[in-house]
Amino acid sequence: MRLLNLAAVWLGSLAIVAPVYAGTMSSSHEQPISGYHFLTPQTRALQDDAFANPGYLWVAAGAEDYEKKQGTGSCMSCHGENGLVGVATRFPRFDEKAQTLLNLEGRINVCRTEHQKLPALAYESQELLALSSFVAEQSRGMRTQVSVTGGAQPWFRAGEDYFFQRRGQLNLACQQCHDQSWGKMLRGDRLSQGQPNAFPAYRLEWQTLGSLHRRLQNCETGVRAEPQALGSQAYLGLELYLVWRAQGLALESPGVRR
Amino acid sequence: MSAQPTIRLAVPESVAAGEVIEIKVMIQHAMESGYRRGALGERIPRDIIKFFRCSQEGKTIFAAEFHPGVAANPLLTFHMRAERSGTLDFVWTDQAGQRWSKQAELRVT
Repeated sequence: MRLLNLAAVWLGSLAIVAPVYAGTMSSSHEQPISGYHFLTPQTRALQDDAFANPGYLWVAAGAEDYEKKQGTGSCMSCHGENGLVGVATRFPRFDEKAQTLLNLEGRINVCRTEHQKLPALAYESQELLALSSFVAEQSRGMRTQVSVTGGAQPWFRAGEDYFFQRRGQLNLACQQCHDQSWGKMLRGDRLSQGQPNAFPAYRLEWQTLGSLHRRLQNCETGVRAEPQALGSQAYLGLELYLVWRAQGLALESPGVRR
Repeated sequence: MSAQPTIRLAVPESVAAGEVIEIKVMIQHAMESGYRRGALGERIPRDIIKFFRCSQEGKTIFAAEFHPGVAANPLLTFHMRAERSGTLDFVWTDQAGQRWSKQAELRVT
């Protein structure tokens, strides 16, 4: 009887893993699978529960900041109550006026300095995380549609190169884990495809909400490479490549990751 | 965020008298255990919430004591029997005695 039970548990876990393995042979950008599917059922439940998901603490704080009058006016005085629905799906994007690639965090800071006449917020500051997660949450469930042509093209190329370049003492490229080996075990965890669609996300390891760039720094220290600065050009290009690679996946921010 | 952390409450707006209701509360707090060390090996001092109390007009409905093993941003779910209308007062007190609170109206029909 006990053996039978064990067999049932084993088969059950196989059933959960099976869809993950189904695509092992195809490259991740042809069949993107959200990091959500590599989580335990408990962590998935935490993300799906709109109250228990701790990321909503930042979303709630962002909603307050959005309405607060700061500088020349509140965010809401320009964008209205629901003016930013779907906006997060289009970032990072090339900004013609600034002649640079801007991600959501960068765009929020352009708004602050140019329109609100306020100093830019520091990357990874609580205020910026609150605003970026609030804006990203409004596009929850929508699919990304970034442009990688025109001004964005050199950034995209640079990001793609970064993804394929080996780095660090372990001499590993992003692609070796997240394209070639996803679905396999890396010590206690199953390797995901490294999709960015849950960020800004609450990470259990951090016990707090963080940006995609902070996550990238963690990856780089993991292979014992020198991490780039948050908001750096290298990470902006890589973010564009990752978001392009994740096209077809729905945004999950605020996601919960391990 | 400011000194006032974000607090989220889930209290049913209107309930029948005698009904048992579920209340959920969450507060933003690092719950730093005091056992961790920073990147340079320095000890990160303990910083935790010690007590939580939910009361209705002075009468305690639910209280909890927190310890260093509690994860960041603690979430509590508890139940109460709704007997009369009134303000529910939720108060968290940290190890230094600092208090944060939020209120919710309970309407019993």
